[in-house]
Amino acid sequence: MSELNVNDLTFQAATVNGSGSQTSNSVLMRAIFSMGIPVAPKNIFPSNIEGLPTWFQVRISEAGYQARKGDPDVLVALNPATWAADLAGVRPGAAVIHDAAYSTLNARSDVHYHPVPFASLAKTKIENDKLRKQLLNMIYVGFVARLLEIPFENIEIGVRRHFLSKPRAVQVNLDAVTVGMDYWDENFTKKDLHVLRPMTGRTEGLVLAEGNQAAALGCIMGGCTVAAWYPITPSSSLCEYIGSYAERFRVDPVTGEKRIAVVQAEDELAAVGMAIGAGWAGARAMTSTAGPGLSLMAEFAGLAYYAEIPVVIFDIQRVGPSTGLPTRTSQADLGFVYTLSHGDTKHLVLLPATVAECYEMGIAAFDLADRFQTAVFVLSDLDLGMNWWMTPPFQYPEQPFDRGKVLTAARLEELKGDWGRYRDVDGDGIPYRTLPGTDHPLAGYFTRGSGHDENARYTESGETYARNLDRLSRKFETARTEVPAPIVESEGAAVGVIAFGSTHHAVVEARDQLKAAGLKVDYLRVRALPLADSIKEFVTDHKRVYVVEQNRDGQLYDLLRLHLPAAEIGKLNSIRRYDGQPIPADAITRPLLELEAIPA
Amino acid sequence: MSITLNRIGLSRDAYKGAATTLCAGCGHNSITNHLIKAMYELGLPPSNLAKMSGIGCSSKTPAYFVESAHGFNGVHGRMPSLTTGAKLANRSLVVLGVSGDGDTASIGLGQYAHLIRRNVDCTYIIEDNGTYGLTKGQFSATADVGSVQKKGAVNTYEPIDLCIMAISLGGTFVARSFSGDGKQLVPLLKAAIAHRGVAVLDVISPCVTFNDHDGSTKSYEWVKEHEEAIQDPSFIPYYEEVLVDYEPGTTTDVRLHDGSHLVLRKLAEHDHDPTDRSAALQLIEEGRKAGQLVTGLLYAKPEAEDFSTRERLPERPLRDLGEDELRLTRDQFSEVMAELA
Repeated sequence: MSELNVNDLTFQAATVNGSGSQTSNSVLMRAIFSMGIPVAPKNIFPSNIEGLPTWFQVRISEAGYQARKGDPDVLVALNPATWAADLAGVRPGAAVIHDAAYSTLNARSDVHYHPVPFASLAKTKIENDKLRKQLLNMIYVGFVARLLEIPFENIEIGVRRHFLSKPRAVQVNLDAVTVGMDYWDENFTKKDLHVLRPMTGRTEGLVLAEGNQAAALGCIMGGCTVAAWYPITPSSSLCEYIGSYAERFRVDPVTGEKRIAVVQAEDELAAVGMAIGAGWAGARAMTSTAGPGLSLMAEFAGLAYYAEIPVVIFDIQRVGPSTGLPTRTSQADLGFVYTLSHGDTKHLVLLPATVAECYEMGIAAFDLADRFQTAVFVLSDLDLGMNWWMTPPFQYPEQPFDRGKVLTAARLEELKGDWGRYRDVDGDGIPYRTLPGTDHPLAGYFTRGSGHDENARYTESGETYARNLDRLSRKFETARTEVPAPIVESEGAAVGVIAFGSTHHAVVEARDQLKAAGLKVDYLRVRALPLADSIKEFVTDHKRVYVVEQNRDGQLYDLLRLHLPAAEIGKLNSIRRYDGQPIPADAITRPLLELEAIPA
Repeated sequence: MSITLNRIGLSRDAYKGAATTLCAGCGHNSITNHLIKAMYELGLPPSNLAKMSGIGCSSKTPAYFVESAHGFNGVHGRMPSLTTGAKLANRSLVVLGVSGDGDTASIGLGQYAHLIRRNVDCTYIIEDNGTYGLTKGQFSATADVGSVQKKGAVNTYEPIDLCIMAISLGGTFVARSFSGDGKQLVPLLKAAIAHRGVAVLDVISPCVTFNDHDGSTKSYEWVKEHEEAIQDPSFIPYYEEVLVDYEPGTTTDVRLHDGSHLVLRKLAEHDHDPTDRSAALQLIEEGRKAGQLVTGLLYAKPEAEDFSTRERLPERPLRDLGEDELRLTRDQFSEVMAELA
């Protein structure tokens, strides 16, 4: 008999959206996590409310890998429309739990079938008419618990955790799980080799968070006081989380006053306009959107750049225009965001790869925006933003806010009013500003786009304009050394990989796979634009460098080619994935081995 | 000659701005002067004023008054969102937005509508001349049907009446006036600034270069001939007592949130109740049918809750809050972390 496969598999539930399967999936994921086993859930969902196919995958990996790994080992099939394709996609030896109504005639013979009459089981065993539809999904939790040998106490933990705010729902859900377990016991014996066993050493102290939730907490801890947004997947939950944290933690218990404005705007133009108006008036302001909304923000982004107004803009990247794949992930806004707007613009862009970085960069973005008086973009993506990720708890910020170069009335008095809004006093390209409402007769200045001199007076002088553009470039160079630096993991290998954002998790796993195949690979993760100078050193130190990203044209690859000395450019190779699914490790390992001519 | 100072010790000059670069005779310059007069007489502290605008001839004008105040010449049609943001950041600012009929009725119509329905506390002046001046004379969306362009083209599209829109969207102070009627406009401007909530002033302001000819319904001549002022307004600030005895039934008193009054002496046969929304809409509509330009305070609801109040914002500006007021405490933070476990 073959050996058991312990704690290393992909579970997939294929359901119809709107059926309530999210609860079951959340319970299963939390149950498994509570066994000490690393989990990496991926929700693959349509742009629809009810009736279209949706999949939920949980990557279970003893080693703690969080990248997606396709091809399930355990399938729960509850969607007749995708049944054939779902079945075709599982690995040989997989366990398949499916509705008894689906035909297995002439179907694959290399998997183990567990047909279940879900509807009649729910009808006879679940008394609650109203909740039957939802509870039907909890029945499959019972099957999976038995199949993978998940102890009931862990299922209980999962259910209690999921229904933290609705403790009355716990028992009825546990009863439904038991229905599944009992049916299993009466009808099936285990034939496949996949099992889960409680373990230690990987998940202790870790929590589960979504990137958008983490970013929202970062905004709150970063002192955001104006959040303006327009609903768009996959970004909406970020500002919704800000709203819910605000109601809990920003409301004065006595007066009911709220120390933040969270405004659902009429569109993205207004959302970013409000944020910029607030930033101009001295608040820490943000907006959050995805590609289409970002397109609408392009004009305002340029104004923020030229007029030098702090604002934080989150872009939770997704696949291009609606309709079609707006609920799938992507890293294809990098090039667009970097120079978003007309004219000579370039922006500071932060590139979080983990939920912890969504939180940390959520805080840092406000400091950078205030310090550099400009738009700061935070480029997350659907995978990072909307999926749960294991993470160490976030750190409480020990630094005070950096509000940048703001002249108060007292300071203006000391300067005897001798100041100019766009003067480069300190040689770092960063000017001083005053806020409207500063009680000093010389505080005021007039803000406009391109036509202003060092004292913010109107001018159409080309020379003055060019001088100002050059100062903006100096400011950008100052920022180059102050944005989050790349993280380098080096073992002195000849080959290097460069990646950014959520691609990180696939790189981590791919490096192990490559090592196992005999190829050591060093790794540099870019964490911000403008690109740090240390990236040049990394490329110089390696013979060949592979740039991995989730877009079609190699946008980071292109930026690196512009950044590097001509002699180094030839070392770069591009590995790209752009199917809307989070990149798996083998999408890096396989092409890299091929390009390195190493047999897999 | 002695210089007269206002109640905060400033001369009229303190409310002036850079020299205008608009055409001689432009209605917008008159509005600028009326604004200077209104703010000077109100004794508005310049450092507490934020002047907001979009793009166009009208949007240049904030540079021409109260030079020492902060001003923001933003993006075409987007003054409302900038204004909303600035007011959220610091609700103690007096925010004054200047826009035009192109900036508001076309590219900015969406933001105009939503600023009004939120009742953002600001003054919103539309310097309305029915034409795109800065791009040389195209029709705007407020041009009347049958109005003739300088080169002879006739407008066939329905005009957007920005006052009707403002009233129907829940505007809380809506007036129409004429750049050449300072006697009416100055008190309306003062009341608009004193009003807590959105105050919309659609001010017909002829474009001498592109829309002041025969056949235009936004020319000086046409407006002078067809203006039908319904009231003679006087503004009494909160710090002054109402001293004049008005004959009963001849005036309407609009009491504003800060305790100021706008006293409206009824003119001719007009007996308009500016708190009656349907009557206001009817008045505009009937004036239009009669070929008149009805001016005056059309509608007011001074007791309405403004945006910052509805959002439960503290009186203290949000922009002044620090770490202690904005960050979770360590205990609260641990609580959130524990929930994620």
